[in-house]
Amino acid sequence: MEKPQAGTVIDGFTLTEKLKTGGMATVWRASHPDETAPLVLKIPFFHPGDDVSAILGYEAEALIHRRLSGPHVPRFVAAGDLARTPYIAMEFVAGTSLAETMRRAPLPAAEIARIGEAIAVALADLHRQGVVHLDLKPENVMMVGNRAVLLDFGLAHHAELPDLLGAESTMPMGTAAYIAPEQVLGDRSDPASDLFALGCLLYQMACGEEPFGRPQTVAGMKRRLYHQPKPLRAVNPEAPAWLEEIVRRCLEVDRGRRYADASKLAFDLRHPEQVTVARRRRDKPHGLWQRLVALFQKRDEQEITGAPTQARRKAGPSIILTAVDLSEGEEPLAGAILAETSRLLAAREDSWLACITVLRTEIIGETRTVDDEGRSLYIKRLVALKDWARPLHLPEERVSYHVIEAVSAADAILRHAERNDIDHIVVGARSSSAVRRHLGSVSTKVVAEALCSVSVVRLKTGELD
Amino acid sequence: MRIAVLSDIHANREALEAVLETVGQLRPDRLVLLGDIVGYGPDPGFAVDMAIRLVAAGALCILGNHDEAAVHGPIGMTPHAREAALWTRAQLSPEQRGFLAALPFSVTIDDTLFVHASARTPADWPYVTDAHAAGQCLAASEASLTVCGHTHIPALFYARPGREPVKFTPRRNLAAPLSALRRHVLVVGAVGQPRDGDPAACFALLDTDLAEVTMVRVPYDMQATARKIAAAGLPEWLGMRLLIGR
Repeated sequence: MEKPQAGTVIDGFTLTEKLKTGGMATVWRASHPDETAPLVLKIPFFHPGDDVSAILGYEAEALIHRRLSGPHVPRFVAAGDLARTPYIAMEFVAGTSLAETMRRAPLPAAEIARIGEAIAVALADLHRQGVVHLDLKPENVMMVGNRAVLLDFGLAHHAELPDLLGAESTMPMGTAAYIAPEQVLGDRSDPASDLFALGCLLYQMACGEEPFGRPQTVAGMKRRLYHQPKPLRAVNPEAPAWLEEIVRRCLEVDRGRRYADASKLAFDLRHPEQVTVARRRRDKPHGLWQRLVALFQKRDEQEITGAPTQARRKAGPSIILTAVDLSEGEEPLAGAILAETSRLLAAREDSWLACITVLRTEIIGETRTVDDEGRSLYIKRLVALKDWARPLHLPEERVSYHVIEAVSAADAILRHAERNDIDHIVVGARSSSAVRRHLGSVSTKVVAEALCSVSVVRLKTGELD
Repeated sequence: MRIAVLSDIHANREALEAVLETVGQLRPDRLVLLGDIVGYGPDPGFAVDMAIRLVAAGALCILGNHDEAAVHGPIGMTPHAREAALWTRAQLSPEQRGFLAALPFSVTIDDTLFVHASARTPADWPYVTDAHAAGQCLAASEASLTVCGHTHIPALFYARPGREPVKFTPRRNLAAPLSALRRHVLVVGAVGQPRDGDPAACFALLDTDLAEVTMVRVPYDMQATARKIAAAGLPEWLGMRLLIGR
């Protein structure tokens, strides 16, 4: 292929402007008569007869990118013939690169939470499609308003495709500043590796520096298996404790203690007030003697990074939303809902429960929020909700309570589930009655419109009324 | 072009009928029978007659080691395979044996070579189970894609010069891509005696335009086949293994 320049036409795509030249490829603005949206063409440096290893990464990227869809990746348009004219054509994403925003670091906590949540939501969508990005860094994140778009799948891994790239190299593949410890050791299949990288980004946004620097050697990258970075608030004392806690859970070397789901990380960044800050643990060897002992007790590297997180995700839902109606006091149905919730929680030891009860408000007239004794109905209901959940004996980091005022209970449940990427909803259904059949019930609407699984709990009765 | 590849039917009538029904729905352009039409299973006559009909309708068919054993007698087989081969030989008519005896070791469609065991010494029936064996198979083949069976375990090997091929196990009913930068060995799973832990019958659907291949799995009534194996007095294990896919 000739050297591409402005005006060159490749398979109907007209190159208009060179955007950047990287180590492996040039990126061009382009147009096509069939496409109204602006496009970009990524063209790897390759000449017929060159060693094909130069475009192996490009091949993997084209295979994975064409299988991706949704608002968090540039829309894939076409890929060129590998042997003749290799290129990937995709939608042009107009936004702000995180690399640009990062120059202003340290950023305010609210902005870090907003950007971090957007990236976590994007990763959740990517992971749902079976893909681990494995090269999350500021240059590969575009912010379009409050939405993050992830770029560059050149190092990505697809759960249903052969990992030809991983088989090519025994060297760690990734960007030294953000690469996860298990990825340094060659494991390319764990979505939790992206959450480690996101932890590095959060740290950098809060501190203005990367948690592990930019090591130049494999040994330098491996340091993160044994040495924790400086605590976030030791570098930036103004950063909030909840952010330090979230970053700590992202940067856990042992994947058994790291976030396993991007959706849970997004939830925590969305609700910082719900993050339980662990008491300072002193389980790290600090004295010289202990450090020497640790040095000679060097454990197997694979052991340090723990078990892959896939088993945890397969075991059961990560975030469960249980909606319970407490307006009619304690009743058998609430107990049955509790039992069903307990069974779902038992499937996975790091699962997490959002308890919801809806305070119904009327559209017309004044809303009554204070009862006769002057106690807020809201507080009363919150107390009742916590009392209802008490038999589950959940530690506070596994549960949150929400009393939501709404006209429609079903809408409130659905909105909360969608906003927080809930995996499983539990609702109750009262026994069938003529009125309910006519008006439709909360559970009917939730089942019809929910984006996830729904358990409907009903007390077993002998006959219809 | 779309090519359906059926390997290791092994006289399993129930599996073959279920697979052919699915193949009929998929309407491929070509059909290739990759050898071992008989052996192990209780319906050798039915399987050979079906192969004869399919070949008359345009299918290609090649020789497997069990087909050879049914014609010339078992050589160097495990005790169960040997016992089944002797039984099979007695079940077949001279016409059926004649059909098997005339089968070639390999056939070619465009740039794809079809051979039962391996392109390397096909008559010795080596197994392509690992990257090393796949490399030896490719070294003996000029085609960009070489399609084998014989192991009863689906696999797809990606190779480029100077490197050990990369092994990939295609997922059930999910298309695996072929790479324009590489040559491939495709090992097709078995119709009549799967051994990869999935007892459903397996065949491959190769799409040369989309450059991808799918291991299609078809559940069938393996209990019925196992009962027939027991009724025929064949070794009991040959029926049991159908139920567990091992």
